[in-house]
Amino acid sequence: MTLWLVFALMTAAAIFAVLLPLGLRGSPSSDGGEASVYGDQLAEIDRDVASGQIGKPEADAARVEIGRRLIAAANQEARLALTSNTTWRRAAAVLALVGLPVLTIAVYLPLGSPRLGDFPLAERSRAPDGTQPLEAMVAQVEQHLEKNPTDGRGWNVLAPVLVRLGRYDDAIMAYRNAISYAGDTAERHADLGEVMAAAAGGVITADAKSEFERAVALDANDAKASYFLGLAAEQDGRRADAVSIWQAMLDKAPQNAPWRAAVQAALTRVTGATAPVLSNDTMAAANGMAAGDREAMIRSMVERLATRLKQNGNDVEGWLRLVRAYMVMGDRDKARGAEASAREAVANDSERLKQLKEGLKNLGLDG
Amino acid sequence: MIAESGHYALVLALALALIQSTVPLVGARLRDPALMNVARSAAVGQLLFVLMSFAALVMLHIISDFSVANVFENSHSLKPLIYKITGVWGNHEGSMLLWVSILALFGGLVALFGQNLPLSLRAHVLSVQAWIASAFYLFILITSNPFTRIANPPIEGRDLNPVLQDIGLAVHPPMLYLGYVGFSISFSFAVAALIEGRIDPAWARWVRPWTLLAWTFLTLGIAMGSYWAYYELGWGGWWFWDPVENASLMPWLAGTALLHSALVMEKRNALKVWTILLSILTFSLSLLGTFLVRSGVLTSVHAFATDPTRGVFILVILCLFIGGSLTLFAGRASALKQGGIFAPISREGALVLNNLLLTTACATVFIGTLYPLALEVLTGAKISVGAPFFNLTFAPLFVPLLIAVPFGPMLAWKRGDLLGAAQRLLAAAGAGLAAIALVWAWTRGGAVLAPLAIGLAVFVIGGAVTDLVERIGLFSVPLATAARRARGLPRSVWGSAFAHAGLGIALIGIVCETTWNTEHIGTMKAGDSVNVAGYELKLEGLTPRPGPNYRELAASFSVSLDGEPLSVMTPSKRTFTTRGMSTTEAALLRRGVSQLYISLGDTTPDDAIVVRIYHKPMVLLIWFGPVLMAFGGLLSLSDRRLRVGAPRPAKALRAMQAAE
Repeated sequence: MTLWLVFALMTAAAIFAVLLPLGLRGSPSSDGGEASVYGDQLAEIDRDVASGQIGKPEADAARVEIGRRLIAAANQEARLALTSNTTWRRAAAVLALVGLPVLTIAVYLPLGSPRLGDFPLAERSRAPDGTQPLEAMVAQVEQHLEKNPTDGRGWNVLAPVLVRLGRYDDAIMAYRNAISYAGDTAERHADLGEVMAAAAGGVITADAKSEFERAVALDANDAKASYFLGLAAEQDGRRADAVSIWQAMLDKAPQNAPWRAAVQAALTRVTGATAPVLSNDTMAAANGMAAGDREAMIRSMVERLATRLKQNGNDVEGWLRLVRAYMVMGDRDKARGAEASAREAVANDSERLKQLKEGLKNLGLDG
Repeated sequence: MIAESGHYALVLALALALIQSTVPLVGARLRDPALMNVARSAAVGQLLFVLMSFAALVMLHIISDFSVANVFENSHSLKPLIYKITGVWGNHEGSMLLWVSILALFGGLVALFGQNLPLSLRAHVLSVQAWIASAFYLFILITSNPFTRIANPPIEGRDLNPVLQDIGLAVHPPMLYLGYVGFSISFSFAVAALIEGRIDPAWARWVRPWTLLAWTFLTLGIAMGSYWAYYELGWGGWWFWDPVENASLMPWLAGTALLHSALVMEKRNALKVWTILLSILTFSLSLLGTFLVRSGVLTSVHAFATDPTRGVFILVILCLFIGGSLTLFAGRASALKQGGIFAPISREGALVLNNLLLTTACATVFIGTLYPLALEVLTGAKISVGAPFFNLTFAPLFVPLLIAVPFGPMLAWKRGDLLGAAQRLLAAAGAGLAAIALVWAWTRGGAVLAPLAIGLAVFVIGGAVTDLVERIGLFSVPLATAARRARGLPRSVWGSAFAHAGLGIALIGIVCETTWNTEHIGTMKAGDSVNVAGYELKLEGLTPRPGPNYRELAASFSVSLDGEPLSVMTPSKRTFTTRGMSTTEAALLRRGVSQLYISLGDTTPDDAIVVRIYHKPMVLLIWFGPVLMAFGGLLSLSDRRLRVGAPRPAKALRAMQAAE
């Protein structure tokens, strides 16, 4: 309500500014004209002569010129007498009284937000704690850290929150500060590398990779760093390295490690875009099963594939899938066996043999 | 409430401007004083509302109200107070609000202090001023509204472009806008004269203070901008022939020509039509500058936003005002009575030459700036017209201009005596030649033309001094009489002498800096030292320091000359977290009017840092010259006396006095 009162007062002032001259009786005030300028110029010549600035002949010539202009100006002014026009003054008054407020409201309403109050910083930071948004708390912590940049614990707390908010670049800086001020741990290096990769849209950049390597150097068993190093190898096209890194992880890891499934999945992805022999549907079905059941199902499917290939050995893709499947299941001997059978089956067909060798190379086995 | 009141005040200003642009015109046609006087009170009202609106935006920036989009996008709650305030015009919307505030300020000043103007002229001038204002209010409200709100205000702002977080932002844009926008008054006067259909020396008398004021501020604004670029960008350059710089140089050149032609008109009733045209062109070039900077045609530190609708809108305003005024000029100019006549060799003739050279120089810059843009639009080819083009075209135009500068004030009005003027300039010419000889003897290397250019500069300064000496009769009359005459000399004479001398001083700075500049670029580690132009600079160490909204890496250099320690210089590199940008803060050490300049580059992995060290001889003269010119402008502005150009009668051949 106050706002509209202010608006009304302002509008009234604007209307007043237009009405004021209209209301005054039309007495022509000191209307400075050209004649007065020329009169002043004549006086100036006298002063100049007196001070010796110009000589007498020049002064006379100048007086003649200015005199001519003065006469012309006086004639001009005589022709233009002032008048008073009541009709037009009324029209102008109506324009001010009606037109001005209407126009102002018509322009302001679609553009302005009269219902929105002010939100100065002081007020916003006074918001009650319970409802304080995450951003506000982050801002507070950031302000604190801006003043105490060596508070490593603060950086450590802030960094994961920043990651959650999607502010990757700031999170990278926070992790860096945490490492410098709170200590060099494998975990922090691995986290830093992860954010770097996230900031790069999932690509393990050289910087990120060096962070993971540092983490592994500090703690060879750091699962996150090892996993990402595998990913880096995969992205570099060194699939064999990726497979061996992940395989090593699975070999060393305790059976109940929470990340086991993730690494297994990654391994599966690398060793075959269309996971061993399973379609998406069966895969989905397999996901719902208990670990033992799943394994049994996969085994039975792999057996089926092996049987089919024994009957028809021309399917190079099938052979490769079988080798991959054995490798994923950790059965290296059977993988070797399948490889040998495959070579035998396509030995007479140079085209297929070439295809097979390339495929095996991609799987990390010598072509 | 602050935001909405400011917004509403801006809309009210638009409404008042619309009334101001119509009612007084009707009044002038009907010769009704009340209707004509609406212009005055409306102009004052408009000024008050715009100032209210501007004050509201400043307040919003100070209290960091991020519910206003403009504040959120360009401010940060941790920014120091001074940058919170200057940040108001460190962005597109806010700077446009400053632009119209200054426009309204000039309108308000004409309304308040223009009592000596004829009623109808004042009404016309204020109406034309209100047309410009209305167009820009609409532009702001429709395309660049600084009061747009955000319903759920973010907790922290995006911060101001770090390059702009400098004291330069407090000075450069307001000065430059006072200059740019100030020329709108000469434009309004010119259009008013065309509408009224008559023009006389009194007109020039009335426009004079406004043109002088605008010119003075534009001079200071450009000089300040150049100095800011010099110390902030870290490259040690002070003029890049960048299109944005050219956009400010063009109105300056046209405005300088306008100052001189208006002088002829006021004193001698000549060059009237030309003066009107120059008034129109000067402001048109200011508008063109606004268009180039705001439309997104160019990308530079000045191009805040690249929104095509804004560009189109400004283009429409540009076409409307330039096209409209030139059409009016074409239709009415022939009806204007031509004024006084003069011989080719005369003060008038010299000023015509000045105008020819200045406008040609302006045209050169215009072509060099717009040709690449036009070519890109038409053919898609990107060419870059840089310093070589401007050096080759601009310099040959300025050399004859500078040679002619000392002659102008020596010549009499109407018919002058070139030989006599040349004789009286012998001492100045002698000083110039002596300077050439000295420079040649003392310096090593550099361009062959450099000593000649310095000689020319000394000649220009000598000419200004000679003019003063002659007028007060320093060596021909007793000292007491000379002192009395010096006091009695119109301040405008002092003003023009200072302005002309400033030109020479700036030229000395420019020549010395470009010719004998020493630089060292390389990587240094703590403990390393280099020798630049005789100074020994040792890098003591690098220290990180926190700032209010940035972190900086400061390098500390100890400077010594011949083993004597002089000072410590600490250039730094600032990293601004919010925008993820960094700036270099150059360290400057003044030695007389020369400077040592250090700026930092990137750090290398082995803890070394790239440094650029320059020794810039006489560099400060580059900016001291324009400051002197602006001082001359202010002196002249303070001279409220009437100006009469007394003609030299054909018969009076004795008395060679240059008449004021």
